[in-house]
Amino acid sequence: MDVKQISVFLENKPGTLNEMTRVLTEHNVDLRALSLAEASDFGIARFIVSDVLDTVNILKEAGYVSSLTSVVVAEIPDEPGALNKVLQIFTEHSINVEYMYAILGSKAGKAYMIFRVHDTMKAMGALMTNGISILDQEALAEL
Amino acid sequence: MERYFQPEIECAPREKIKAIQDERLVAQVKHVWDNVPYYRKKMEEAGITPDDIRSSDDLHKLPFLSKADLREAYPYGLLGVPLKDCVRIQSTSGTTGKRVVAFYTHHDIDLWEECCARAITAAGGTDEDVCQVSYGYGLFTGGPGLNGGSHKVGCLTIPTSSGNTERQIMFIRDLNATILCCTPSYAAYLGETMKEMGLKPEDIPLKAGIFGAEAWSEEMRHDIEKTLGIKAYDIYGLTELSGPGVSFECSAQSGMHINEDHFIAEIIDPETGEVLPEGTQGELVFTSIDKQAFPMMRYRTRDICTLTREKCSCGRTHVKMTKPKGRTDDMLIIRGVNVFPSQIETVLLNKGYPANYQIVVDRVNNTDTLDVQVEMTQEMFTDNLGEISARQKDIVEGLKSMLGIKAHVSLVAPKSITRSEGKAVRVIDKRKI
Repeated sequence: MDVKQISVFLENKPGTLNEMTRVLTEHNVDLRALSLAEASDFGIARFIVSDVLDTVNILKEAGYVSSLTSVVVAEIPDEPGALNKVLQIFTEHSINVEYMYAILGSKAGKAYMIFRVHDTMKAMGALMTNGISILDQEALAEL
Repeated sequence: MERYFQPEIECAPREKIKAIQDERLVAQVKHVWDNVPYYRKKMEEAGITPDDIRSSDDLHKLPFLSKADLREAYPYGLLGVPLKDCVRIQSTSGTTGKRVVAFYTHHDIDLWEECCARAITAAGGTDEDVCQVSYGYGLFTGGPGLNGGSHKVGCLTIPTSSGNTERQIMFIRDLNATILCCTPSYAAYLGETMKEMGLKPEDIPLKAGIFGAEAWSEEMRHDIEKTLGIKAYDIYGLTELSGPGVSFECSAQSGMHINEDHFIAEIIDPETGEVLPEGTQGELVFTSIDKQAFPMMRYRTRDICTLTREKCSCGRTHVKMTKPKGRTDDMLIIRGVNVFPSQIETVLLNKGYPANYQIVVDRVNNTDTLDVQVEMTQEMFTDNLGEISARQKDIVEGLKSMLGIKAHVSLVAPKSITRSEGKAVRVIDKRKI
């Protein structure tokens, strides 16, 4: 049910992110979502793709170090207060959000959020019991 | 069982070694006085003649030779025989100033190769072995020296020279190489490439490696021994004296035996030039006592180490030198503190990082900056920024306690530091002083 996010180590200097997207473009990898985290001299590019294993191999072949991380993808109404509701559920269940970012979808009236939490299973359970849809890898591919 | 190439010399009683040294030194000084006007002038200036040198006890009376003298006398000024008697030249890489060009007669090459043969035998080599020489061949002494030594031992010699790493590994496997000779950084790179090819130590027949021509740490030795599944032996030498084989490690792996029937070693205070007692750390000085074409009298190596005559478990009686802490010209003075690249290597390897690093020194607003670039590895990477930063901080602290100064640590992309096939480029000093 959880989604595997790919995280890649990048040096924090001009052109490194572009070089990675160039490699991905060459192999026709479709990025569904991308977020960057940065420290002073390095950063981590985090992204969601539909074919995780292929993409990891492409990156490895090109000399990148990467890792897979479990994240929760929630489908919420594209309206004021929707994110607040999800976060409130997390608060009630003492679930700590490490980071989050949004995903591009084409379904009208829907928004998709990606959450990295310290306890993925607990977060998924909490969202489900509160009637919030969670997307798995397959559902993501169809967005 | 310990093997010796020339047991009667390598295990000779101390008195016998001293007698050889006394006799040969007196002859060498006379040879230099008669044939090398450059050094004769130095002796005259110091007010001494060959008559003042009656035994090795008088060695300290002789003036030093330094790299500056070699530069000044370039190319023929220190030649001890007519050029027609020379059969070879070798040269240094010239990384620290002008190249040194050394000359050899047949005799000189013979003694050099004999020294290398002792090193190969001490590493367990016999005529049953296949010895792959992956040092560069050419002007650099590494390839030709070990090649000659390997012939003398009777090993089947594979002269691969450096480079083309996959082919090196193919030769090791296909031709059953049991001994590998190269720089330690190249050995580490071979191990890394093997790992990438999915090969384990047991997939290659190597049993020993003879690695030298650059300073390397004890931690790097363990690393190479593990990845290649071998015993790694250190070898030391300088082009000025002949090349590799001036000293070499035995099974005890606790220092390198100096071939004292060819070279006399002293340790001096690099500031005052005063000879220091055994066991004291200082600059290593060598005098050749059996060379014809390019004799070296009290040559200052700028290598920092100590000497010991403690009895060695291998049975050899020749004096041992510790692994040089680094050449005085490798030593960086950063914010007034002496820093050797090998110290930085020790910290990184202890913390589980590979030996691929680069040190960039610069001066910003009149303050020296030290940036240690370390390659990120699959094992060290995590999605958690905080965790990576904590590891980075851990290296900074490790360096601080080793060096006593604060260094900046940059984590860089894998494989972004150029791999060396010969001597690794560890230090980039951008300071303009």
